[in-house]
Amino acid sequence: MDWSCYYRDYAYEESFSIMHSNMKESSFLPLFHPLGKWTIKVVDSLGSAVIFFSRAFLKIFRRKQIREIIRQVYFIGAKSSSIVMLVGLFTGMVLGLQLFYTLTKFGSEGVLGSVVALTLIRELGPVLTAMMITARAGSAIAAEIGIMRISEQIDALYTMRIDPIRYLVSPRIAAAIISFPLLTAFFDLIGILGGYLTGVVLLGVDEGAYFYRILTYVDMADIRGGFIKSLVFAVLVAVTCCYQGYFTHLRADSYGAKSVSISTTSAVVISCVMILIADYVVTSFLM
Amino acid sequence: METPLIEFRDVTKRFDGKTILDKANLSIYENQITTIIGKSGSGKSVLLKNIIGLLSPDEGSILFRGKPVREMKKSEWDGCRSRISFMFQNNALFDSMSVFENIALPLRQTTNLGKKEIEQKVMSRSEQMELADALLKYPAELSGGMQKRVALARALVTDPTMVLFDEPTTGQDPIRKNAILGMIAHYRKQFGFTAVLVSHDIPDVFFISDRILLLWEGEIAFHGTYDELIRLKHPMIDEYRQSLAGLHDELPGQLSRDMFSFRYDLRPDFAGDQKVIK
Repeated sequence: MDWSCYYRDYAYEESFSIMHSNMKESSFLPLFHPLGKWTIKVVDSLGSAVIFFSRAFLKIFRRKQIREIIRQVYFIGAKSSSIVMLVGLFTGMVLGLQLFYTLTKFGSEGVLGSVVALTLIRELGPVLTAMMITARAGSAIAAEIGIMRISEQIDALYTMRIDPIRYLVSPRIAAAIISFPLLTAFFDLIGILGGYLTGVVLLGVDEGAYFYRILTYVDMADIRGGFIKSLVFAVLVAVTCCYQGYFTHLRADSYGAKSVSISTTSAVVISCVMILIADYVVTSFLM
Repeated sequence: METPLIEFRDVTKRFDGKTILDKANLSIYENQITTIIGKSGSGKSVLLKNIIGLLSPDEGSILFRGKPVREMKKSEWDGCRSRISFMFQNNALFDSMSVFENIALPLRQTTNLGKKEIEQKVMSRSEQMELADALLKYPAELSGGMQKRVALARALVTDPTMVLFDEPTTGQDPIRKNAILGMIAHYRKQFGFTAVLVSHDIPDVFFISDRILLLWEGEIAFHGTYDELIRLKHPMIDEYRQSLAGLHDELPGQLSRDMFSFRYDLRPDFAGDQKVIK
């Protein structure tokens, strides 16, 4: 019979107690503990968000989805168009103004059109459009789904054999994928017109040069890059906002109405941060 | 021996370490109205949610027609669920949809019925529930009682063979309360309907119940008929009788005392060895 299991491993216990006392004395431990906990939580959330997205994405193509997708395109896309175009106009105008004075220093104000267009198409268009939609529609999505969760409406869907992810999440993801690139295109166009207003109408840049440079320097790769970015942002924003609302009831930091408000805030903040991080990552891949 | 439609075997459910259901065993038979009674917060709604699958037991098993739900394939369990409806205690109506859309939603999403058929079914149910004038209103525009009736119409519009009612008569005036209880009994008679009710409407709910389950401290302390219940010696029955006696003593006139005793059957033989109300 092997008795070894009945003997205490004093050497191990001693080394463990020394290590433990060292750890206790270490001033770094209080720093690492919450950091480790936070890291595990973030990785865990990312994993479940990916599963959440996969399930929702596959259910986009099920029956009886078209009507709900159209409703969501109207809510996420059509109703956001005015604010997106307004922001696009002023972004283009301020770009025209700033770049004109900068380019004048180098005697290159003739390339104003191409610089405004490239800045908008490659960078500012997708990012600012995504942020505006997050602020307007993303917050509403998180709040609506969150309220449905705490008032048992999502449970009611389950009892009626209506898959809540198919009914609530999939159409919103589909609608975001449709709306984001379209609104980004609107933003870019209006922004270029804004640059035209300040550069050509107010500051006297040649009209022909403004549009000629755009046609010369903007190529399909730039437009494709902006399109890819807007698709990535669409998925990120829709998944983040739906996820935050859908799991409102699992929040450890609050309950009820408070949890909905925190979920909504988290949805907007996380979406904006994710947009900026993804922007860098996608840009580095496209370069 | 008849196989129960739903059977709980040693079902335990805990929330944050607190045991709500503690090895609960129960059987629900087809074509019967089973009423679950118990104090507020004793886990009656948790029990109902375990039946429909909104919650799953931490220990023990739930059987549907003798087959453990855990061993069923998803499609098989979906098939079982398609015949069950659930009416929530707080109604769980979709507040951004009109009454019509609320009632029509399960038909639109889970059946292949045409627009006209759906409309006919919704109209028929809403007329039964006296909701015909409220079809275009939103839940927030309705009284609590009307919201309850909308929830009931939504639960019944798919013609389920089993309905789980979580306090269906709470907040209803006496006429509508009797109408709802009458309708549940009528449905059972007409369609061979199985109902599980969680209710505090004692004794009214007993009049339509075939079986009564008493949930006490997480366990099924009693299951049987009304006749068996009134002979039961149990702390909850004692508390109930004492509360009735206390209320009876406070009543102002002889007439109201007599009516009260008649309503709650407070005869000496009923009270057994408890306090006899004169």
